[in-house]
Amino acid sequence: MSNNQTPEKATNLHIGKAEPGCKKVDPILVIDNVKKSFGGLTAVEVAHLEIPNGAITALIGPNGAGKTTLFNLLTGFDTPDTGTWSFAGKDLAGVPSFKVAQMGQVRTFQLTKALSLLTVLENMKLGAKNQTGEKLINALIPSLWRKQDKALELRAMELLKKFKLDAKKDDFAASLSGGQRKLLEMARALMTDPTLVMLDEPMAGVNPALTQSLLEHVLNLKNEGMTVLFVEHDMHMVRHIADWVVVMAEGKVVAEGPPDTVMKEQAVIDAYLGAHQDTDLGVVTGRIDIITEEETK
Amino acid sequence: MTRVVDVSNLVAGYLPGVNILNGTNLYADKGELIGIIGPNGAGKSTLLKSIFGLVKVREGSIKLNGEEIAGLKPNQLVSKGVGFIPQNNNVFPSLTIEENLQMGIYQDPSKYNERLEFVTSIFAELGKRLKQRAGSLSGGERQMVAMGRALMMDPAVLLLDEPSAGLSPVRQDEAFIRVSDINKAGVTCIMVEQNARRCLQISDRAYVLDQGKDAVTGTGRELLNDPQVIGLYLGTLGT
Repeated sequence: MSNNQTPEKATNLHIGKAEPGCKKVDPILVIDNVKKSFGGLTAVEVAHLEIPNGAITALIGPNGAGKTTLFNLLTGFDTPDTGTWSFAGKDLAGVPSFKVAQMGQVRTFQLTKALSLLTVLENMKLGAKNQTGEKLINALIPSLWRKQDKALELRAMELLKKFKLDAKKDDFAASLSGGQRKLLEMARALMTDPTLVMLDEPMAGVNPALTQSLLEHVLNLKNEGMTVLFVEHDMHMVRHIADWVVVMAEGKVVAEGPPDTVMKEQAVIDAYLGAHQDTDLGVVTGRIDIITEEETK
Repeated sequence: MTRVVDVSNLVAGYLPGVNILNGTNLYADKGELIGIIGPNGAGKSTLLKSIFGLVKVREGSIKLNGEEIAGLKPNQLVSKGVGFIPQNNNVFPSLTIEENLQMGIYQDPSKYNERLEFVTSIFAELGKRLKQRAGSLSGGERQMVAMGRALMMDPAVLLLDEPSAGLSPVRQDEAFIRVSDINKAGVTCIMVEQNARRCLQISDRAYVLDQGKDAVTGTGRELLNDPQVIGLYLGTLGT
């Protein structure tokens, strides 16, 4: 049906049965008893969750399931009521967000946070860490950081080219459209040379043809040895690139497993996917009679 | 067939000197469901807003049942039969469902009962929960209230701005089925959507906007399989 090659998936990620909270062969993130309430509403209540290293994991679930809140807790943007979690063996509870990013766990936001009065290129260069010019004394002596600055600029341009933003490098970030800001944010996150990239609805509002070329870049991150954890409502994207899928509902992890298995679970279909996932809505609504094999191609 | 909406050579924009729409053409015949898709910033929402008088029309014409309506105010347009459902903030959260529906027909309250019957014949669920506050509803349910409210004035055409935005897959499908149900009840609909594939599946005809112009048009089915549309916009993922 499709002329897209399904990329090679990482397998054998878990130990034992694929069920909520199952152990992974090589976990990069381990979460234990993390709970967060807002007033009377329990937004997140995760007993145990492990995210596999070197793979692409998708976090899916209905609106209000607690996906973004979990992201906020794991990256230090919010503090949980209880719980511990570790990243690459280091305990992260209580570590502020900027340190989490320096440790190699970097995230993007559903509602983008580009610095609108800096240019696209400046936004990118800001993402890089360990810059010599960050220290006050060094900043006064350009010869100390000029070379590094040039190298960063090259790297930034390389990334911008991948994200089709290179022509916009001297424009203010404020002038970008919503979709382009999403791309800038993702590119900027990669400037930090992360080990774990967390993307919150990276493709929402990005047009479908561009999404497809970006998926290749996400897959490349995996090939370069990075781990990716992302939240997304676009199930075609999830099915195409995810090695592992975690399903959340009402703050809890309700299912886990490889995409093809998880998306066939009745509970996931009922709560989230709906019965018409693979059906043409023209047929469902009776607007067209039946689709022939020819037409689906 | 009666032409309900006829937009020709429309030029419109927000900032002085910057046009978002650069000569857009679009029409809708009675009973049609029209889809509008296109990349970010192509002018999809701007087109709907200009038809509804929220964006000033600089050039071109908009006709409703043959009568020129460009330049009219939204309240005048509502009484002439244009219904609009914005993407966000489309219900009054502190009012009940019943009050929200009443707001939809404040210009002609005597028809309330008759119209309520029509709306609840499409959305039976609204009729059962008239006393519930709209603010306590989920995103998908709010969308239904907004649709119900817009239908109260018996519009000749209903304009929908991204009815599936921000909803999870199952709720998105429900939203599209709802739009299709409204259309089947005889209401002409013009819908802007990001979820292009779903939109084209239920549309009678559709337009692909690009940089403020109608780049490609055809039946929903034609566009779904059009190599140019696939290359420019749809991509091949999910086929």
